[in-house]
Amino acid sequence: MEAYLDNSATTRVLDSVKDLMVTIMTEDYGNPSSMHRKGMEAERYVREARENIARTLKVQDKEIIFTSGGTESNNMALIGGAMANKRAGNHIITTRIEHASVYNPLAFLESQGFSVTYLDVDRKGHISLSDLQEALRPETILVSIMYVNNEIGAVEPVEEIGRIVKAYRPSILFHVDAIQAYGKYEIRPKKQNIDLLSVSGHKIHGPKGVGFLYLNEKAKVRPLLFGGGQQRDMRSGTENVPGAAGLGLAAKEMYTGFSDRIRKMTELKDYFIDRVSELEGITVNSEKGLESAPQIISVSFQGVRGEVLLHALEDRDIYVSSGSACSSNHPAISGTLKAVGVKKDLLDSTIRFSLGIYNTKEQLDYTVDVLKELLPVLRRYQRG
Amino acid sequence: MKYHSFLIKYAEIGVKGKNRYMFEDALVKQIRFALKSVEGEFEVTKESGRIYANALTDFDFDDAVEALKRVFGISGICPMVQVEDLGFEELKKQVIQYVDQVYPEKNFTFKVNARRANKQYPLTSEEINRDLGEAVLEAFPGLSVDVHKPQVMLHVEIRSRINLYSQVIPGPGGMPIGTNGRAMLLLSGGIDSPVAGYMIAKRGVVIEAVYFHAPPYTSERAKQKVVDLAKLVSRYAGPIKLHIVNFTDIQLYIYEKCPHEELTIIMRRYMMRIAEIIARKEKCLGLITGESIGQVASQTVQSLAATNEVCTMPVFRPVIGFDKQEIVDISEKIGTFETSIQPYEDCCTIFVAKHPVTRPNINVIHRSEEKLAEKIDQLVETAVDTTETVICQ
Repeated sequence: MEAYLDNSATTRVLDSVKDLMVTIMTEDYGNPSSMHRKGMEAERYVREARENIARTLKVQDKEIIFTSGGTESNNMALIGGAMANKRAGNHIITTRIEHASVYNPLAFLESQGFSVTYLDVDRKGHISLSDLQEALRPETILVSIMYVNNEIGAVEPVEEIGRIVKAYRPSILFHVDAIQAYGKYEIRPKKQNIDLLSVSGHKIHGPKGVGFLYLNEKAKVRPLLFGGGQQRDMRSGTENVPGAAGLGLAAKEMYTGFSDRIRKMTELKDYFIDRVSELEGITVNSEKGLESAPQIISVSFQGVRGEVLLHALEDRDIYVSSGSACSSNHPAISGTLKAVGVKKDLLDSTIRFSLGIYNTKEQLDYTVDVLKELLPVLRRYQRG
Repeated sequence: MKYHSFLIKYAEIGVKGKNRYMFEDALVKQIRFALKSVEGEFEVTKESGRIYANALTDFDFDDAVEALKRVFGISGICPMVQVEDLGFEELKKQVIQYVDQVYPEKNFTFKVNARRANKQYPLTSEEINRDLGEAVLEAFPGLSVDVHKPQVMLHVEIRSRINLYSQVIPGPGGMPIGTNGRAMLLLSGGIDSPVAGYMIAKRGVVIEAVYFHAPPYTSERAKQKVVDLAKLVSRYAGPIKLHIVNFTDIQLYIYEKCPHEELTIIMRRYMMRIAEIIARKEKCLGLITGESIGQVASQTVQSLAATNEVCTMPVFRPVIGFDKQEIVDISEKIGTFETSIQPYEDCCTIFVAKHPVTRPNINVIHRSEEKLAEKIDQLVETAVDTTETVICQ
């Protein structure tokens, strides 16, 4: 049996998405900017994708900007947002558990004279609203908080955050990295006071290399890419038509039969947490039920190195991440795990299991069975 | 300037007496092989003690030079221009044009060095030197002649056509691959072993390599990294046969039976034993390691002695006396450094004790190894039998 439990790293593309993209690449391959009919056909795909996405968020079509993925969306929101508002102030607020594609643009902005406040999180990975309240300053121009943490699945109180930020001063931009949340939550930027929202295609069974930024029509953001003036001058470059169309269709699929799917995924998550809890010497770092994201289960295994367990599982066709896949190229210990107070000896012993729409109860049973078999063996041989 | 061929200079093989032709033939073969990867067609010939690589078609000059710079045995690469023999007056013009195009700054000292393979040529070498020198001086008054230590030596070779050359691009030196037998390199993912392989290959030795991996403790990426390193070394050493040994069971067995602080030494002894078994099968006559005295616990003189004890073949350790930085410098020069520092764990570090022995007592090690008697021979045999082989080039 194969169990792909690394859906927060990336997902398998839906067949319907693949078929649509193949048609676009081989038949309707026009450039949306071309004057002729082939160009118009291509433009129609992009427009339809934009409509589908806008509908899932209940926002206007023109507020959706296609990008090359989550990293670009985050960069555009942060650097573009900070640059466009630097006359109003130079202070930015974020958390200690963001993804590298938020941290590194912020580090760049710090080098350019901006000042950044990093909010601590509690053991469950939640920021404190009173900390946020205290951190707000007259020169604050941007608040960036992730919706769902990629390593443990903690869900931040986005709506309350939006309310506090806008009550302090409506012109502060509120950016939400929703890369692990989109498709899993009903997100309502207008209601939740979100000005900028980053999404990636390949985390929701869509293609890699495409994502979008929801950009409130009133939000002031400077583009990062200059060129032919596509997408209302906000993101020049010929639109990635197959990518955008694939993303649009995947988005539509994710929000069709939504509550049913999420209920089932949450049940699977809870089932897995229960079964994993049968094992000795483990700590589950994610919450059951609705308190944390339906797809992410972080588990620490005492006395086993995460990377070794990962390779041992891989040998049995079970695919997982140690820490977060995007950062697991670097042996650096996970920032989130440290921030939520995972014990020092467990930092290196933590595995992330993440679910997608193709996972079954049988795969989870198989995984627990394999873990039961592997753990005693791996624990017999330890370093040092 | 459009070059038509290269004169290949070689150093050490010049002194090999009766074996000389063998070395030259090996060098010609290696040059042909290296130039295969270059766009364009070449003819490599050996004439009166010199090797020429003549382009038969248009070719990519920079790529050809890069390829030749990686052929061991070459001490210098001279790009040559060939002109037709249209008489001495014409030759003067041709040489002046050559100097004009090759040297934008006309402010150096030079000397003409003519050589007549065609003895029918109406002028003697001395006359050619003198008259051409005069012509060049007249054309470029900024130049001056220095017959003792010229900055530029202007070679004029009179054959059926005339070769002009004056630049010497340094080659890698060493001896042509295939002139000195075959040896087995213990290749880890680190900085030292690729350098060691390079250095022995440079002496003309054909290299094979053995890598020990330990899934799930080491990853597929660690293995890929070693394949990549072997490929990088093969740019100099020619295709490398890489033997990948699964070492996990042996390692765990040692872990279970022997004192933890001796683990690394005993493990290294089994690596040497297995490397030697494979080396013998492959008709290799020696082992190569990247060990350097004192670098880590397993490379103290006592540890090296303990490891060496199990080998019957000679073990070549070309970087034994080098400091880390000296090894790094070579690895940067040969282009393996970037790959070597990718952070994947290799099987030497996964179970390393906090305080491994640095002065192992050989009798103690023997007693510890006796505890392995029950299963170790079988495990070694299985490891050798299940070896996977990859040709890296």
